[in-house]
Amino acid sequence: MNAPSYNFAYLDEQTKRMIRRAILKAIAIPGYQVPFASREMPMPYGWGTGGVQVTAAILGPSDVLKVIDQGSDDTTNAISIRKFFAKTAGVATTTRTDEASVIQTRHRIPEAPLHEGQVLVYQVPIPEPLRFLEPRETETRRMHALAEYGLMHVKLYEDIAKFGHIATAYAYPVKVAGRYVMDPSPTPKFDNPKMDNCPALQLFGAGREKRIYAVPPYTEVVSLDFEDHPFTRYRQNAPCALCGAEDSYLDEIVTDDKGGRMFVCSDTDYCETRRAEGHFGSANAPETERADV
Amino acid sequence: MSVMIKLSDAEKSFTMHLQNGIRLPVVRGVSFHVAAGECVVLAGPSGAGKSSILKMIFGNYRCDSGRIEILHRGATIDLATAEPRQVLELRRTTIGYVSQFLRAVPRVAALDVVAEPLVVSGVSKDEARQRAGDLLRRLNIAERLWTLPPATFSGGEQQRVNIARGFISDFPILLLDEPTASLDAGNREVVMSMIAEKKKVGVAMIAIVHDDEVRERIADRLIDVSSFAAAA
Amino acid sequence: MFDPTSIATDQPLLVADNLAKSYGRLPACRGVSFKLYPGEVLAIVGESGSGKSTLLQMLSTQLQPSAGRVSYRMRDGVLRDLAALGEAERRFLFRTDWGFVHQDPAMGLRMAVSAGANVGERLMAVGWNNYGKIRDTASTWLQRVEIGLDRIDDAPRTYSGGMRQRLQIARNLVTSPRLVFMDEPTGGLDVSVQARLLDLLRGLVTELGLAVVIVTHDLAVARLLSHRVMVMQGGRVIETGLTDQVLDDPREPYTQLLVSSILPA
Repeated sequence: MNAPSYNFAYLDEQTKRMIRRAILKAIAIPGYQVPFASREMPMPYGWGTGGVQVTAAILGPSDVLKVIDQGSDDTTNAISIRKFFAKTAGVATTTRTDEASVIQTRHRIPEAPLHEGQVLVYQVPIPEPLRFLEPRETETRRMHALAEYGLMHVKLYEDIAKFGHIATAYAYPVKVAGRYVMDPSPTPKFDNPKMDNCPALQLFGAGREKRIYAVPPYTEVVSLDFEDHPFTRYRQNAPCALCGAEDSYLDEIVTDDKGGRMFVCSDTDYCETRRAEGHFGSANAPETERADV
Repeated sequence: MSVMIKLSDAEKSFTMHLQNGIRLPVVRGVSFHVAAGECVVLAGPSGAGKSSILKMIFGNYRCDSGRIEILHRGATIDLATAEPRQVLELRRTTIGYVSQFLRAVPRVAALDVVAEPLVVSGVSKDEARQRAGDLLRRLNIAERLWTLPPATFSGGEQQRVNIARGFISDFPILLLDEPTASLDAGNREVVMSMIAEKKKVGVAMIAIVHDDEVRERIADRLIDVSSFAAAA
Repeated sequence: MFDPTSIATDQPLLVADNLAKSYGRLPACRGVSFKLYPGEVLAIVGESGSGKSTLLQMLSTQLQPSAGRVSYRMRDGVLRDLAALGEAERRFLFRTDWGFVHQDPAMGLRMAVSAGANVGERLMAVGWNNYGKIRDTASTWLQRVEIGLDRIDDAPRTYSGGMRQRLQIARNLVTSPRLVFMDEPTGGLDVSVQARLLDLLRGLVTELGLAVVIVTHDLAVARLLSHRVMVMQGGRVIETGLTDQVLDDPREPYTQLLVSSILPA
């Protein structure tokens, strides 16, 4: 299946070396956005070109790749990226979090704890957390350089002033290793605590914006907040309808046009693993118990 | 009594650059002194330079040559050569100026206009307002006007507000430029008694007064300014 | 409050020493030296092209002088050459101990961010981390500049010109700066709006004992706000002194022309 006309993992070796150099620098300066010469990839911007380039640069023949999109292994985007690397690199792929050595993700961190040796590659649309308040790139770079982060709190202030609480629910800004403020990509803020002191290496690639940044294993990642409005995780107040999990991030699924809906785990692997272990939720409870519902 | 103001050979002229640079001499060889508790009235015809001398002593007009020595906190400062910040300090603590015309500040209530010099010199706002009210009452400014900006007042009322502002401070030197002009007899009487009180507490005053009766009442000495007239 | 006994003891806050700036062969500003003391308001007047804005930019470290230097007495009492400060120190100075009021409020405000956050930003920048306290302080300052608290959550782009300018002043003063630069702060406002702003500025400057360097072409503004004026022409200071002295007894031909050019109200 491996087409001979492609170099291993699609990109040429020089490009991969260039990207690896950027990754090394990013690891050396946690949270700092390293510019890199992003290549044209055979997919549109916004489909994960940054993540794909990072993955291509770190992938070896013995790696096992998992790709998720909003926690799911089986959406179009996840499947096509998985197939892309199966074809161009011939690597093994999996949907199991614990089996994967490289996990490329769009907007979620798996529920199952990550372990040492794993690499989590995030696809990032807009790497600059200060962008919306300070559009000048020259100015935001200077602010990072001088650690002038008052502006980040302006954003949180605006939330509280408008909604009475910090309403930012995703792309919630974090401070990495006590120095750089970083946009964790549009993951729900529910996932922010998982980034802190994580045993796995976390790499972030923004293709359109040509930036790579990183959080090395076991690095402190703190979500910004106010003393009197501390950071809180947010989760729909319901168990998963399929596996009954009470600790996972949930997607809301509309089931009919009469307002019917159900909440299920956004992480499909986590949900399937739990069901295989015998857990169940309200939607697939055994007959004997369903009567009670 | 100690000499508060001493002028020696002070000279002033204007050069009008917009009129082909013609030079207008104003006064020359101005020499006199004023002691504490004394009121000296400058006499002489209009245009003799009375107002100019007063303005030189306030630092409003520059002095071309000579000395204008002021006793300030026990030390002598020569206004003719003083730094702007020294002049400002003199005005804040030592020399008060009562002019004929109020330079109205928009939106500030009459009571605060009067109280301001005291507040600037460090008196609490409440006490300053209290004393400002006393003076305004004495000068027959109706209490309902106190909270209004004086820009809307009649000419006479504005002048009385300005007099109150000039007299409120405890400056050891007061310069009075026509303080009673256009006042009615009653208010003129009030101003004269205020001048007498200032004398009693040792304030040195220089005044320009055209009203003969007022001059008689307040002047300890007359200085004829025409003797300082500079030849054109 | 400005301590009246301070003359003998206090030291200059800002010192300009033989400042010059040329654009190529064109000298925009030459040989400017002066000292500004705490609580002192200095007006720089002159017409367009006289070099007053260039001077203001050099004083506030936004423009590097071609020659000469600017020194500032930091809060620790040490007079330091501003050119020798690191960028981080300069920027810190700019958002704590200094203020800069622009003629165009859009340059000094974040137009899309609420008034409360505009005022609170400088506090957050110096590490304030309590929303309630930040909001309370912002409210106090909005009231001091006469902006109703019902407008605290509105963005300044919904404000009138006069309100924007007052908001800009609050945003600058919230960290209790000792020195504020102002570049034609009343330019482009209606006369009545101007009067209100000037009056407000005058009160705040006296009350807080601010040192101010204000650039204006409007002599009435200089008279109302400043203790001292510097008249500039062709990049040079041609006359300087006590404000009422320079305006009532101007010496230089150009100053006499400026003073006589005022239209009577």
